[in-house]
Amino acid sequence: MTEKKRVGRYFSAFIILTALLAVLFVWNVNSGSIDLSVSDIFNIIFRRKGEEVSYNIIWEIRLPRILAVIILGGALSVSGFLLQTFFGNPIAGPFVLGISSGAKLVVSLVMIFFLSKSIILGSGVMILAAFAGAMISMGFILLISRKVHKMSMLVISGVMIGYICSAITDFIVTFADDSNIVNLHNWSMGSFSGMNWENVGVMIAVISVTLLLTFFMSKPIGAYQLGEVYAQNMGVNIKIFRIALILLSSILSACVTAFAGPISFVGIAVPHIAKSLLKTAKPILVIPACFLGGAVFCLFCDLIARTVFAPTELSISSVTAIFGAPVVIYIMIRRQQRI
Amino acid sequence: MNMRPYFFYTDRLTVGYDGKPLIKNIEIELNRGEILTLIGPNGAGKSTILKSITRQLKAISGTVYLDNEMLNKMTYKEISRKLSVVLTERMRPELMTCEDVVSTGRYPYTGTLGILSAEDKVKVRAAMEMVHAWDLRDRDFTAISDGQRQRILLARAICQEPEIIILDEPTSFLDIRHKLELLAILKKMVLEQKVAVIMSLHELDLAQKISDKVICVHGEYIERYGTPEEIFTSEYIRGLYGITKGSYNAAFGCIELEPPEGEPDVFVIGGNGTAAPLYRKLLRQGVPFVTGVLHKNDIDYQVAKDLACEVIAEEAFEPVSESSYQKALDRMKKCKEVICCIEEFGTMNRGNERLMHEAEKLGILKAAALAKPIHMM
Repeated sequence: MTEKKRVGRYFSAFIILTALLAVLFVWNVNSGSIDLSVSDIFNIIFRRKGEEVSYNIIWEIRLPRILAVIILGGALSVSGFLLQTFFGNPIAGPFVLGISSGAKLVVSLVMIFFLSKSIILGSGVMILAAFAGAMISMGFILLISRKVHKMSMLVISGVMIGYICSAITDFIVTFADDSNIVNLHNWSMGSFSGMNWENVGVMIAVISVTLLLTFFMSKPIGAYQLGEVYAQNMGVNIKIFRIALILLSSILSACVTAFAGPISFVGIAVPHIAKSLLKTAKPILVIPACFLGGAVFCLFCDLIARTVFAPTELSISSVTAIFGAPVVIYIMIRRQQRI
Repeated sequence: MNMRPYFFYTDRLTVGYDGKPLIKNIEIELNRGEILTLIGPNGAGKSTILKSITRQLKAISGTVYLDNEMLNKMTYKEISRKLSVVLTERMRPELMTCEDVVSTGRYPYTGTLGILSAEDKVKVRAAMEMVHAWDLRDRDFTAISDGQRQRILLARAICQEPEIIILDEPTSFLDIRHKLELLAILKKMVLEQKVAVIMSLHELDLAQKISDKVICVHGEYIERYGTPEEIFTSEYIRGLYGITKGSYNAAFGCIELEPPEGEPDVFVIGGNGTAAPLYRKLLRQGVPFVTGVLHKNDIDYQVAKDLACEVIAEEAFEPVSESSYQKALDRMKKCKEVICCIEEFGTMNRGNERLMHEAEKLGILKAAALAKPIHMM
């Protein structure tokens, strides 16, 4: 492939992703319990005119949810990409490594504790709790990764940590006797429902800063793709770099879990698709492509979760698993063939 | 502190893993434009030393100096502009072309986002052309052969514009042509750009020919350190590697297999390099033999002394003496077969001609071309 062709490929990949995002955005705004015409929606969003009910549905329910899906989906994919780079393992991700479940566990604990004292928590505290949980799981994974060097073993260990955390969470949720826990149960299965503008604001603040920092780490991440030793020889301070990578990926996945619960497979499937689409693993391209791809993937899955069995809503993880798990199987089979 | 007048040196460096010293008090001294080679048996600690002097491994004690600075006081960025590495570690970068891999060598020189300038691209191309790998530029790095991969990694190290390159067994996986090419490239960089090179090599013959200095890693200490002439003696190399089967010939820098055991019943009349191929053939067939009369400055003598059960030799530049002739004749009479490799005789080896005629009379002479040991007939 010549340089020109390659650049052309990058451009078209980003154009495709952006176009898909736009289409899915409109489609998502347009679907739900009330049918609205495109012109109605246009009026409501841009001219802020329309029927009271439709106006509220769009502005208070659908738009915050869609924005949350975009931001969280993107963040989740980028977090997956960082973890894959860190562990040199294409099937690493916040969900399979148990990081999402760790975050879920601590958030549940904190929530139940405060709910029993009738205190409703703000988004910030939720994120902090999720971050603490993510770091605990991450700590375990790092300990294990020192002992086991086989790719599959690391993932199995992560899945086990995830199961332990989920089991404890279920246990707590089952025996906590507060009626508010019903919400907690929904959340712990993974869902984008119930987002408000305050949530979206906090999300944007935390995730945009984290993503920006991640983007400016493209260069050392690219060096790290050749392996630790070569990265060090290129002048990367490995110790600091590793800490930064862990913190960034944990913040991203903690933030997602705090708002939407654990969401499976997005972190693995999307980076893989993004790389295949671009035919490169250069972080400077893959990071933005992952964000767009994650947003598109989650918008699509959330659309299905909301509409297929409406008014019953599916948990988002069930939908992402259906589309994401085959990608993981494909990656593993292809790896096997190459080795 | 006293600085020593070397570009790269170590001061009482002790290396090892987990605080356990493996090799103690290493003193390496190297100038720009010199090649230092580490040799030694597998598992002796060559890679450990290389890892310690590139800061991948923390030294247990002692100091490494690079261009008058202590290596562990320099930032990684400073080191990266002076020192580059080629390692044996297998890596499988995803979706990277060979050009992408080589480009990473420009890392220390690019900006925050690591975007290559036009000048960087020129340097990447130059490095790839230097190792004859420019035509591989668009190939996926994981899809090329081991030898090609090694050249790409060398190009990567070259375009980092180092003052010292450290290579861990760079010739493994390479065929003979690419081994020579790789060493020729290193030699060129050393001579033209005054780069310093430290590497470990398995091939003693290559190590002997390319190195300015050789270090023998064996046991707890550096066993020997010196020029190739000082290191490559047959006895020393045999001892260093614990060679029990076969031998190492310092003059040729090559190894020979162990000679077959048993009572020899083949006598070879050789000289002037005519018999060396026959010696090797007999060795392959497991036939023990005696040979003579060989002059000590004859190439046949060098080979025969490692392969023959017995060599009847004559001093260089002297005609075959009567005593040597008699000794050879006695020995020959005990053999069932005599092979004469020499077609024309001169004044110096008249004795050998007489031996041939005697063998003919005894009816045990075989022509060299038809030579087949009796067992095979």
